[in-house]
Amino acid sequence: MFPSRFRYEAPSSLSEAVALLASHDDSKVLAGGQSLIPMMKLRFASPALLVDINNIPDLDQHDAQPDGGYRIGALVRHADLEKSTTLGEHQPTIAAAASLIADPIVRTRGTFVGSLCHADPQGDWASCMVALGGSIVAHGPNGRRTIPVDDFVAGPFQTVLASDEIAVEAVIPAANGSRKGGYLKLERRVGDFATAGVAVALEMSGSTVTNAGIGLTGVGSSTINAREAAAAIVGSPLGDDAINSAAEAAAAASSPRSDHRGSADYKRHVVATFVRRLLAQHQPTEAEVA
Amino acid sequence: MALDEVKIGGLGASRRRVEDNRFIRGKGNYVDDIVLPGMLHMEILRSPLAHARIASIDVSGAWAVPGVRLVLTGEMMAARNLAWMPTLSYDTQAVLATDKVRFQGQEVACVIADDPYIAKDGCEAIVVEYEPLPPIVNPQQAMAVDAPLIRDDKVNQADNKIFDWEVGDKDGTDRAFAQADVVSEIEMHYPRSHPSPIEACGSIADFDRSTSKLTVYMTTQAPHIIRAAVSLVAEIPEHMIRIISPDLGGGFGNKVPVYPGYVMSILASILTERPVKWIEDKSGNLISTGFGRDVYLKGQVAMRNDGKILGVRMHTDSDHGAFFSDAQPSKFKIGLMHSAFACYDVPTAHLTATGVYTNKAPGGVAYRCSFRVTEAMFFQERMICAAADDLGMDQAEFRRVNLVRDDDFPKRTPFGFLTDSGQYEKCLDIGLEAIGYADFKQEQEEARKRGRLLGIGISTMTEPLGAGNSREYDILGIKMFDSAELRIHMTGKAILRTGAKTQGQGHETTWAQIVAHELGIPADDIVVEEGDTDTAPFGMGTYASRSTPVAGAAVAMVSRKIRAKARKIAAHLLEASEEDVEWELGRFYVRGAQDRGVSIQECAMAAYSNVPDGMEPGLENNAYYDPPNLTWPFACYIAKVEVDPETGVWDVLHMVAVDDCGVRINPMIVEGQIMGGLTEAYAMANMQFITFDEDGNCIGSNYMDYLLPTAWETPGFELHEVVTPCPHHPIGAKGIGECATVGGPAAFVNAVMDALKHTGVRNIDMPLLPDRVHDALTTGNDVSGMPPVKTEA
Ligand SMILES: Cc1cc2nc3c(=O)[nH]c(=O)nc-3n(C[C@H](O)[C@H](O)[C@H](O)COP(=O)(O)OP(=O)(O)OC[C@H]3O[C@@H](n4cnc5c(N)ncnc54)[C@H](O)[C@@H]3O)c2cc1C
Repeated sequence: MFPSRFRYEAPSSLSEAVALLASHDDSKVLAGGQSLIPMMKLRFASPALLVDINNIPDLDQHDAQPDGGYRIGALVRHADLEKSTTLGEHQPTIAAAASLIADPIVRTRGTFVGSLCHADPQGDWASCMVALGGSIVAHGPNGRRTIPVDDFVAGPFQTVLASDEIAVEAVIPAANGSRKGGYLKLERRVGDFATAGVAVALEMSGSTVTNAGIGLTGVGSSTINAREAAAAIVGSPLGDDAINSAAEAAAAASSPRSDHRGSADYKRHVVATFVRRLLAQHQPTEAEVA
Repeated sequence: MALDEVKIGGLGASRRRVEDNRFIRGKGNYVDDIVLPGMLHMEILRSPLAHARIASIDVSGAWAVPGVRLVLTGEMMAARNLAWMPTLSYDTQAVLATDKVRFQGQEVACVIADDPYIAKDGCEAIVVEYEPLPPIVNPQQAMAVDAPLIRDDKVNQADNKIFDWEVGDKDGTDRAFAQADVVSEIEMHYPRSHPSPIEACGSIADFDRSTSKLTVYMTTQAPHIIRAAVSLVAEIPEHMIRIISPDLGGGFGNKVPVYPGYVMSILASILTERPVKWIEDKSGNLISTGFGRDVYLKGQVAMRNDGKILGVRMHTDSDHGAFFSDAQPSKFKIGLMHSAFACYDVPTAHLTATGVYTNKAPGGVAYRCSFRVTEAMFFQERMICAAADDLGMDQAEFRRVNLVRDDDFPKRTPFGFLTDSGQYEKCLDIGLEAIGYADFKQEQEEARKRGRLLGIGISTMTEPLGAGNSREYDILGIKMFDSAELRIHMTGKAILRTGAKTQGQGHETTWAQIVAHELGIPADDIVVEEGDTDTAPFGMGTYASRSTPVAGAAVAMVSRKIRAKARKIAAHLLEASEEDVEWELGRFYVRGAQDRGVSIQECAMAAYSNVPDGMEPGLENNAYYDPPNLTWPFACYIAKVEVDPETGVWDVLHMVAVDDCGVRINPMIVEGQIMGGLTEAYAMANMQFITFDEDGNCIGSNYMDYLLPTAWETPGFELHEVVTPCPHHPIGAKGIGECATVGGPAAFVNAVMDALKHTGVRNIDMPLLPDRVHDALTTGNDVSGMPPVKTEA
């Protein structure tokens, strides 16, 4: 690859990294490089300074917090999540999506937080975070701030991060009850971005849904939070009617465009189908209903 | 004692590929690995628009970039009479655009610099002003009365048509249709695809002013054709040109044509007097170089109620892009499309073909294919499938009624080819048995009751592989034969050179096995070299599954010439008369006294140390082989699929391949070819294509859009074999490289159509993307894949 000329720094502390970012108005953070490097190859991005954060310690952990929340550090790779044996019990939505991101090669390098920062409407992680009501913790010259994911994305490939801020971790709040959920993605091939993807996160008390979130991938100019769809299933056990309303509401919330992957109508149909399939997995069994 | 043939790596030995030794160690030597002293680097600036007049090109910015050594534009090429070059199909093609750009990705300028980064910086600094023109992306648009004229550079070109061509018996076919009980009709599009070798194209041109010699390292499947073409275009005498095709990272037909990048690197080297390297990037390869397919079919089959086919009509409209630069025999305008229906006993047929210009990349190449055979066999098997359905006849039974029988050979095909051997029904039976055809109908019925959609698709075909003979096959008038040159050293080791050019097929392994078979020299003792025009004998290169049928035959023939001379030497050594000398693998002996013998190695030593009086010393020879006919492998591919009725996604449950390619030289390599071919067939049926939007933007110009299947999606394949030796090939072999790519796609598509049969849908254009299948399922209508693809902002 033959990108434009750039300077490269790999500091070993957050403060140095922030200072470097501030030193140049055309600087960029390099995490896994799986989105940034391809853009630089195509010269869609030509940053003058790359600040590689891979040498910064303590950013590579993901773990459950004492308050029941979950934290994913900025250098946690997609593959770390995919291979984790404990993630599933805490975060089933994320566990389900992990192996559907890109391909094994990309997963080994690419980071969860980098994906959020990249703000690609076809990024799978943003939908999971939207469904889970998570936030991003940013570290800048003036310390830290926490940004809810709904406020984080400013548009396609744009976030509210200042140019000298580094996202240091993603946080998922504790669940009210037990966490359930999943992720489905229609892709044409391994390594393909989603034609349509649906993230469902449920908090359940017994068979009653106490809280829900539904995030949609690739069916709008940014990740979609299908709030009405989620509202349709909160407050009672998952019945067929509620599931259908959620599916329809999710389809209505999406605003896909027709392209070579399929018509807008088809993509809406896939969204509805996936919402149905994901929710049906958590319908109470006949024994439970009785 | 005769040697054990498999032990010495002769015919039938699944010998490990010797070339893999260097490849798996990362020691291959590709064009990009070659570094010459003082070498410069070239980068091409491409058009972002599909159709536009060039108002101005300002290259001053590029000249201002430090390290830029040369900037070429169409105007500068024109001053040297090099702005246009001849194509392999008697058309002209722009090297660098002068007047207009005619497809997205067309070469507009190029920059030569100290390193590739600078060359790219230089390209970015060039300012081109375009005046957009309406783009044309399909034959319908091209033939519309008010269509803009794409080739306004050509004197006598009034519209966008390239050719009208026909073959077959029109009147006879009309009569057959008049007598038919049932006529089945179907229309479809075989989408544009791309061979997409992992290594893109590239060259290093090195013109040495002191010797006047031009050496070009080049990614080419046909070095000698290129040498001739370069000699014509650049007006350099042929003996002053040396083309070296080193290791190739795949070709698949993509590396047969002459590309503007090659020509520009040559001119740049002449002008700068330094070696100039051009390495195309993947997008450049996908967006501008030789594509495959892009043909529309209207097909008709006339039948009797009992299933007997009486006649076939085909009309094709082919989209050749902006320049007619198909790499194909000059006689046949739409390649070997008329090889369709060769495996069926069809009394009469008629094919008409129209070719058009569009604002798309040029260069219809035989992508793992013998000149449009892939389209021919796909159309054939889709027509057969629809015809059987229209008759209400079982797919296997319908084929059984019409397949050519074993004792019918030699048999004229409806379009005049001569097939010579095969056991078609046997292959079909093996396939049906393996897939469990007998029980499938019931399984399908029961599954459907539970809402599951299962389908089986069959594809049977024979295809003409191994162009020539030279009577009918030529490229630009150069006859299609091939060659081999064998030199046995005094210790009995050998070097073999051929006019073919391996690019993954394993010639270094296979050719040595043919020599081992003919001479009893262990394959490990034979080194094989190809690709250097200064050392290799003249040949037409490797594509169209022609290497084993033609160059491989030459290898056998030259080995036999060597054996004939060795026999004379043996007689001399054995003090016997030549007539009394018998041959068994690896040695000569005196008839009646088997223990009185000499090995081939002893004969080799004697050739350099003890030749009989009057005999020339040495043991080497060459052979030029002009095959008497094409070879006709047969294949039966059967796929079983399941379609998800909610999403339109389909999966392959079982895939069976029965191939008869005659005698198998290295069975492992043959199986590898079949597996690879089936993978490409699956790709084309499932996901892979290049399309265009209304503005002529190429969708499929990178690997995010142009999908190559990975090990993850690719289904498993179950392989079976039947061996019917080729009657005219010296060792009975037939071509195999492309069979599965050619015959495979129809098996998958027919299977999905079978699963959807209850909806009345007759056709979905490839690739059968989930949305297309879903569309068909919900509307009950056929789904067209003709570009432009509908997009909305
Ligand atoms: C072939 C391929 C297929 C892919 N398929 C998918 C897919 O199916 N689904 C999917 O979701 N993604 C996919 N991706 C994208 C992949 O997931 C990336 O890894 C991810 O989008 C970016 O993470 P990264 O760590 O590589 O970030 P980088 O490429 O390093 O950075 C991306 C952007 O985010 C910024 N950034 C990164 N980290 C931080 C940080 N901590 N603080 C501030 N800014 C930061 C960078 O400056 C840059 O602008 C694919 C990528 C490839 C190459």
